[in-house]
Amino acid sequence: MSHEKRTLEFYVLAAFFAVFVFFLYGPLSAVLILSFQGPDGGLTFPLNGVSVHWFYNLFEQQAVGDFGASFKRSFSLGLMVMVVNVLVSLLAGLAFRRKFKGSTVLFYLTVASLVVPSIIISLGIGVVFQQLGLKPAWYSSAFGAHLTWTLPFGVLIMFAVFNRFSPSYEEAARDLGATSWQTFRHVLLPMIAPSLIGVGLFGFTLSYDEFARTLMTSGTYNTLPLEIYGMTTNVTTPVLYALGTVTTLFSFTIILLALAIILVMRRRQAKLV
Amino acid sequence: MQFDEPETEHVTAAITDEETEIDMPAKPAIGVRIGKVAAYLASYLQAVPLALILGFFFLLPILMIAVVSFWDYDFAGLYPDFLTMNYTDTLGSWVTWKTYLNTLKYTAMVWGLTLLIGFWVAYFLAFHIRTTTMQMVLFLVCTVPFLTSNIIRMISWIPVLGRNGLVNTTLIEMGIIPAPIEWLLYSDFAVVLAMVHLNTLFMVTPIFNTLMRIDKSLIEAARDAGANGWQIVWNVILPLAKPGIAIGSIFVVTLVMADFSTVQVMSGGQSASVALMMKNQMSLLQYPAAAANAVVLLIVVLLMVAAILRVVDIRKEL
Repeated sequence: MSHEKRTLEFYVLAAFFAVFVFFLYGPLSAVLILSFQGPDGGLTFPLNGVSVHWFYNLFEQQAVGDFGASFKRSFSLGLMVMVVNVLVSLLAGLAFRRKFKGSTVLFYLTVASLVVPSIIISLGIGVVFQQLGLKPAWYSSAFGAHLTWTLPFGVLIMFAVFNRFSPSYEEAARDLGATSWQTFRHVLLPMIAPSLIGVGLFGFTLSYDEFARTLMTSGTYNTLPLEIYGMTTNVTTPVLYALGTVTTLFSFTIILLALAIILVMRRRQAKLV
Repeated sequence: MQFDEPETEHVTAAITDEETEIDMPAKPAIGVRIGKVAAYLASYLQAVPLALILGFFFLLPILMIAVVSFWDYDFAGLYPDFLTMNYTDTLGSWVTWKTYLNTLKYTAMVWGLTLLIGFWVAYFLAFHIRTTTMQMVLFLVCTVPFLTSNIIRMISWIPVLGRNGLVNTTLIEMGIIPAPIEWLLYSDFAVVLAMVHLNTLFMVTPIFNTLMRIDKSLIEAARDAGANGWQIVWNVILPLAKPGIAIGSIFVVTLVMADFSTVQVMSGGQSASVALMMKNQMSLLQYPAAAANAVVLLIVVLLMVAAILRVVDIRKEL
């Protein structure tokens, strides 16, 4: 790497970047701080004492809404989406390595699924379920709706991964007498495992936070984002912020966990090489 | 790096061809043909789950919307029919046109701002950060908020922008303004600000991706030829970043065109967007009317995407 002197451009852009990061995290930290508002405090600064009153409030059963149950639903849904996302994206990625009839159509269908507005898909699935006489529920219609959003990300990631993947490793394995399953299990899979974790992370977090696609498809019981959206209009206490803090910390934990796993995998691979 | 790929493909193709020739001398290779058919079949089987899911949860619903948009309805249910009423009602009303204009206004403003911010952030990461580790760390710092709840991130502006929020109290204490600024929250300003906050990352990621692939020797060459910093950005980097800009634009434009939650929360119900209009119709169970709106919105969005795609072939960019 060259070590020229830093130019003025660098300092201007570094300052710009710092402002951007502050812009991203600033408001979130305001919520974090205000969730520790005292029992008599309101929705804005200043802090009227410091307490965990609103966190207690959140976990009590009350008029605010059923936070625990909607969290459980969102969590299970996220896990379901994650597993299916990884499996289906991996299979589709493998399929796209060869050109087959209809591959272009399927590819554009996948991209289209990313581009078509969420609310249209939500409405469409809602109407299809209604006309088929099926009851929409978070584990059926909302599950499918989420997949139309997470799968394109997963498939495109796998597509990019396989585009850069040299087939010579597999050929070496085959030349050494490995069956195609062994080649897949012991050569291909370990090499793409970090990307699969990434696909899983995307699947989980996108589903866990998805709102527009759940709107018409969740049926009787709300997922967490719907619950929060409902709260924005009728809750005027910092309990809203407490909920925001809890779910955001939860998201952060999941992201860090996934990153840690990816890092460990990369390290192990580097050692092997 | 990009330029090597087709070549390696050729090489591997040549190798496999050679192999089959060596393995199967003279006789027409039935085994090879069976192998090829099996591989072909495997591709299909591997593609089936994706095709089924997208078929049932994406293609069918879109077709259903197109069909239902011609149906009749009342408070009790939907009746199959072939009416153009839903379309004439929508397109004949000046409210629809005004709403579209408003949505386009948001889209244009958010697109311009996210492009400006996204490009410089990506440029800084790609060309001014010297180690790959630092690049990845800073990129992740930008990415993490994107993986948290949009609604929480919207709500987080309330204590900042509100009447007694951070901005207003600070400005008053500093004596810059005598009374709170009212248009900070529940206004078009708040809507655009929140949309930029939510969507800039969709611009940063693809642009960063294309900038990372630019051969650094091109920039050296430009510098040697006497280009100054600004000329390098304008004449070398920006044209090469076009694919990333196009992909980012597709994300931002489609997300903002279809937004209803940001508009509803941040404008405090004072502004409208096309999707919000649809959502209100849906909550009144006027599905055919909402479906007609959906078809119109879909056509508009797809036209915009097609226009952007004229700039770039995304399949090449992955």
